Amino acid sequence: MSWLSEFVRPKIRALVGGNDVPDNLWHKCPACEQMLFHRELEEHLHVCHACGHHLRVSAKQRLEMLFDDGAFTIVDLPAVTADPLKFRDSRRYTDRLKDAQSKSGEREAILVAHGKIKGQDAVIAAFNFSFMGGSMGQAVGAALLTAADTAVARNAALIAIPASGGARMQEGMLSLIQMPRTVIAIDRVREAGLPYFVLLTDPTTGGVSASFAMLGDIQIAEPGAMIGFAGKRVIQDTVREELPEGFQTAEYLRDHGMVDMVVPRGELPETIGRLISLLRGQSDHDNSPLVAIPAPTPDAS
Amino acid sequence: MPHFLDFEKPIADLEGKIEELRHLSDGEINIADEVGKLEGKVERQLRQTYGRLTAWQKVQVARHPGRPKCGDYVSTLIDEFVPLAGDRLYSEDAALVAGLGRFRGRPVAVLGHEKGNDTESRIAHNFGMARPEGYRKAQRVMDLANRFDLPLLSFVDTSGAYPGVGAEERGQSEAIARSIQSCLSLTVPFVSVIIGEGGSGGAIAIATANKIFMLEHAVYSVISPEGCASILWRDGARAQEAAEALKITAQDLMGLKLIDGIIEEPLGGAQRDPGVTIQAVGEQIGDALDTFAGMDGDALKNHRREKFAALGTAGLI
Repeated sequence: MSWLSEFVRPKIRALVGGNDVPDNLWHKCPACEQMLFHRELEEHLHVCHACGHHLRVSAKQRLEMLFDDGAFTIVDLPAVTADPLKFRDSRRYTDRLKDAQSKSGEREAILVAHGKIKGQDAVIAAFNFSFMGGSMGQAVGAALLTAADTAVARNAALIAIPASGGARMQEGMLSLIQMPRTVIAIDRVREAGLPYFVLLTDPTTGGVSASFAMLGDIQIAEPGAMIGFAGKRVIQDTVREELPEGFQTAEYLRDHGMVDMVVPRGELPETIGRLISLLRGQSDHDNSPLVAIPAPTPDAS
Repeated sequence: MPHFLDFEKPIADLEGKIEELRHLSDGEINIADEVGKLEGKVERQLRQTYGRLTAWQKVQVARHPGRPKCGDYVSTLIDEFVPLAGDRLYSEDAALVAGLGRFRGRPVAVLGHEKGNDTESRIAHNFGMARPEGYRKAQRVMDLANRFDLPLLSFVDTSGAYPGVGAEERGQSEAIARSIQSCLSLTVPFVSVIIGEGGSGGAIAIATANKIFMLEHAVYSVISPEGCASILWRDGARAQEAAEALKITAQDLMGLKLIDGIIEEPLGGAQRDPGVTIQAVGEQIGDALDTFAGMDGDALKNHRREKFAALGTAGLI
């Protein structure tokens, strides 16, 4: 420590306003460490303007970005037993839940809403990764069933947007059982003849990726998203070798035939709207706002 | 030499003594009394120990190397068994056994995880950890079962789906998801028995059945206790606590109404008498199949769907 660092720095800090600056005005890009001003970040849909990294966004932000004019109606979700196993690790599960609820302002790790995407009726079920890692317990499973039933009732497409580490361990087997339950949900949509898309976002792993999230009629992924079944560390411990470059990224999955396309965030509404319109057999004079949209390049990433 | 678990040490000591006595006596001294006494003690010890196994002890019993494996059930319960290989897409996966055969005279389709019985077969079967090919083979056989109206039986025994580079590249997630979807689309009776370890997604991929039974000391969990401990407690050594908290025993899951029944094991666990265990499993499967007699395909499919749609909404009271 020199006299300089001890005496000069505090003064400079005082000069620029010090603690008066709210700490959420600036975000650091997790990929390139570029400092991003919050307003600019919002304008860019939370994509780093320096490196193109897609930052994680909340479920609410997803809904605002995808539905036309940011307009949508939130669907009420059924109540479930909050802590079915009375689970406790280093902390009580109920305390972790309360923390997540007060931090996010949401009740659970998922939001369901209906509205229009480029004029097409759609129901979106979007995950909040910041809510206990977007983990899937009874509430999330029930929400997906509700989302599916809403899509069927409204004759709308269903779009699932997972951002989840997998099953919620604190609910034990009751969380594993959500895997078949979510498959039942999307089968209902399928049997109603309605499109079901999955937008895989960062990250999608474990029991979520191994159930509804891999069964979309069309699988879309966001650039750079981490998608896989097992975690990298588990795989590394098992195979004891270097993992290939780009392993478990959206682009890697596309190259291995596991997703249809990697689509940048800004192009998602157009892509999704167009696909729904094509699958639902609408001819382009059906009052479609999609006519003017240029065809996506084969490699949209 | 039988394999004893850590908590079985007092039992191992007693049985060692019995063995020693028999070895020493060579018929001249009458040891029957002494042996009888010791055997009585062994039985008391077993009753005590196995009457109140902790969740973690059950994990060890469920993983016991001497426990009957899928292949043992198939060779005893299924006549004329014809194993089927390959997913027609990439490869064969010996971790997940599939085939056709007769159960009590009636043609059935069979699926199961095979862990193997010795080092060589364990490696050959990849310790019961299936790759995407295994789950795609399962889908193939479920489709066959549907088309030819064969009831499906599955024997679940896996620590989980294989976490490897190739498995990920070839879509482990998709293979498991699609396998669950196949289970739910079956129009034939589907009975599943957790015979040892029910390890997470790799297990439920072939256990989304009309009736699910567990052996008395089997476990079924969303994550291994070790994995859960290292994530939530940040210490893999706290697996005992995790096992308890996760509620993974047959008794816990019966309480949560997630399974349909518990199949009693012989005193001291299935490894002490595989034959009796396998027969008990056969009885339970037979009874379960009987309950579905006369139900048509759609009714069977709806039964399974409605059952799972109703499951997993409540909890312990």
